[in-house]
Amino acid sequence: MSFVAIVRQPIKPSDILQRVGGDEDGASILFVGVVRNHNDGFPVKGVRYEAYEKMAKSVLEEIVMEAQSEYGTDRIATVHRIGDLVVGDVSVAVAVSSHHREQSFLASRFIMEEIKKRLPVWKKEFYLDGREDWTAGITPTSVLITEPTG
Amino acid sequence: MLFFASYKEGVGSGQMDVRLPIGAKVSDLISELHSKGGNFSCLPDSVVVAVNHVYSEPVTTLNDGDEVAFIPPVAGG
Repeated sequence: MSFVAIVRQPIKPSDILQRVGGDEDGASILFVGVVRNHNDGFPVKGVRYEAYEKMAKSVLEEIVMEAQSEYGTDRIATVHRIGDLVVGDVSVAVAVSSHHREQSFLASRFIMEEIKKRLPVWKKEFYLDGREDWTAGITPTSVLITEPTG
Repeated sequence: MLFFASYKEGVGSGQMDVRLPIGAKVSDLISELHSKGGNFSCLPDSVVVAVNHVYSEPVTTLNDGDEVAFIPPVAGG
């Protein structure tokens, strides 16, 4: 009963939380990522998320399947927003429920860390002084391709 | 080929076609782009590629109609 989506419309965290939980679960966790008003000391007014949408959906599904397998719960909902967001907007939400709290804590942490490492999504920040720049990001190291030399 | 984010801005296009010899590998495509130079010089020596939505290795053989995406460092979340 896992749920995964890449969306352009605003994310309502309570809707994501409602997708998990059940009579068998004693714990529910909701992680919410929010656009903040600064980065590296510079005031930020907004961000733009770009995605390789078809691949992002499948990678997100893959991450959730791994979390299910590793932490033993299939009550997981994960949504990432793309497009133009302003300070305070929700960019990502992860909800997990499980019999005991440890599974939910670990699964939600795992999903967020893997999103950071391998979800094909990019973020451009727009600063108050008019500048804009792509966030440095993380290279998916397990698949690094180096051009042969010589 | 698909280019995203900083690569799309550097190359100047998000999508283009390329012809390669039969049996060409991902590494052959990367070498060809680097040899072209110009806007393709924005692609780093080490570049991550996905073929048909799956992260791929240099030895992956390309087939007619494959969708090859050049993946800049990711920054979701």
